[in-house]
Amino acid sequence: MIVSIASGKGGTGKTTVATNLALSLGKAQFIDCDVEEPNANIFLKAKLNEHEDVIVEIPEIDKGKCDYCGKCSEFCAYNALAVVPSDVLVFPELCHSCGGCELVCPQNAINWKGKPVGKVEHGVANGVDFYHGLLNVGEIQAIPVIKALKKKIDNKKNVILDAPPGTSCPVIEVVNVSDYCILVTEPTPFGLHDLKLAVEVVRHLNIPFGVIINRDGIGNKEVEFYCQNEKIPVIMKIPESKKIARLYSKGIALVSEDHGWYEKFGSVFNRIQEEVRK
Amino acid sequence: MKQLTIISGKGGTGKTSIAAAFASLAKNAVFADCDVDAADLHLILKPEVKKTMGFHGLKIASIDKDKCTNCKKCYDHCKFNAIDEDINLIKESCEGCGVCEYVCPVDAISMVERDSGFAYISDTRFGPMAHAMLKTAEEASGKLVTVVRENAKDIAENKKKNLIIIDGPPGIGCPVISAISGVDLVLIVTEPTLSAIHDLERILDVARHFDIPAVVCINKYDINKGNVEKIENYCKDHNVDVVGKLPYDTVMTESMIHEKSVIEFSDGEVSDNITNMWKKVEKVLSNDR
Repeated sequence: MIVSIASGKGGTGKTTVATNLALSLGKAQFIDCDVEEPNANIFLKAKLNEHEDVIVEIPEIDKGKCDYCGKCSEFCAYNALAVVPSDVLVFPELCHSCGGCELVCPQNAINWKGKPVGKVEHGVANGVDFYHGLLNVGEIQAIPVIKALKKKIDNKKNVILDAPPGTSCPVIEVVNVSDYCILVTEPTPFGLHDLKLAVEVVRHLNIPFGVIINRDGIGNKEVEFYCQNEKIPVIMKIPESKKIARLYSKGIALVSEDHGWYEKFGSVFNRIQEEVRK
Repeated sequence: MKQLTIISGKGGTGKTSIAAAFASLAKNAVFADCDVDAADLHLILKPEVKKTMGFHGLKIASIDKDKCTNCKKCYDHCKFNAIDEDINLIKESCEGCGVCEYVCPVDAISMVERDSGFAYISDTRFGPMAHAMLKTAEEASGKLVTVVRENAKDIAENKKKNLIIIDGPPGIGCPVISAISGVDLVLIVTEPTLSAIHDLERILDVARHFDIPAVVCINKYDINKGNVEKIENYCKDHNVDVVGKLPYDTVMTESMIHEKSVIEFSDGEVSDNITNMWKKVEKVLSNDR
């Protein structure tokens, strides 16, 4: 079973839920898909011993063949090519590697070269098979790194996917392969507003989901009322506590500090399994 | 005219609360919510929308099944796996490149505009605001960020405002880079947690990569004093000023619940510290590079 953890709003506790869930399961696979700002390994502490670059293909113009007709730049939907009287400028970070320029080039002047945009790293910690991706600084496209991570999914295992915040392309790229999605929120107006957006996304993708309320007690009851009205199950509440905030600040998982959390996260997982079977 | 973007790397560190507080302190500014994925600034600023503009992101393929001969050329050529073997479009995967339209021998595919969201120009009790809404499961949030920033610039020029305060998205990728490119200063809001420190280092690298000056605010400084020291040392080593430290205080959440900025809601330590930080930021902005 593949469970994704998402949130809409950032900083609500996705990584806290994802890492504790994985640790309470033992032999799970954990993939940190927040490739812009991956944090899970601060808590899991896997020794990363495998590294591979994520390479995207970008065009390289054969200046011997090119006659500067401009068809490639005219076709490119991403403005990644600009043709001036005696040169073709390529803007690699804008390129989506669609291959269109090669198709339209009448002179066969387009070659491809690999360009690293990020990396995927692997390690094992407490029996958890851990992967994360890192988008290189200055690169704008997280999707190729997320796609490289998704190839690592081991269907024989229980898989936890820690998604990035937000509601657009990188989140969808992660959530759409999961059997169940946990939406983590906090009981505040910002938390509620962004939860509603996240609910729209998972409903749109038609993926079963439940809500975990983190920092329970800090704001108001509106998130709970909303979940009741929308018949969304609240599968766990994590109380607002300075102690938990301090543990988090030090990179210590809840289950490592207080073994009672093993059982709590274990039963959340059992409940999810039952819901998915239905 | 100057532009300030508030970013964080890690989400949930307090960007929007600080942006709202700055909005109530700024004398002559335009506000731009560039976290178009999960925009929250309007919950505090309560904008009255004056103008709504449709936003079209990248185009999307539209397949005419009556013309399709099932030759599968589009399926073979699509690099995004956005067309399945039965020649149905998988909307969420289409990146609008137009290759399918080009390779189709019977003109069964055309690229059409997609309604990806809206951009708004509004008034608030603190001044004009540019913001936006990205529809569910739409792409091109970086492009929408650019639209919001252009709108904010137009307002600033027309209304003779001397500053744009931009509430940025989390992360370091496409929308973030759109939100910070060409601004005069970024304020990075962090907290003394190992996760936030890791993300701070990455976002500072991004700012440096694009040659944008940065200052740092440490929120919730009292949850881990040792980590505060780490952040301060890191910033010192990289010549970045820490312009403010805010305590862990539920007044941030309470003011949000009352739909007010923390400056309007309370005159305690948090508000004092933000006011001092604002003065420092104004000073940095007024010094020409």
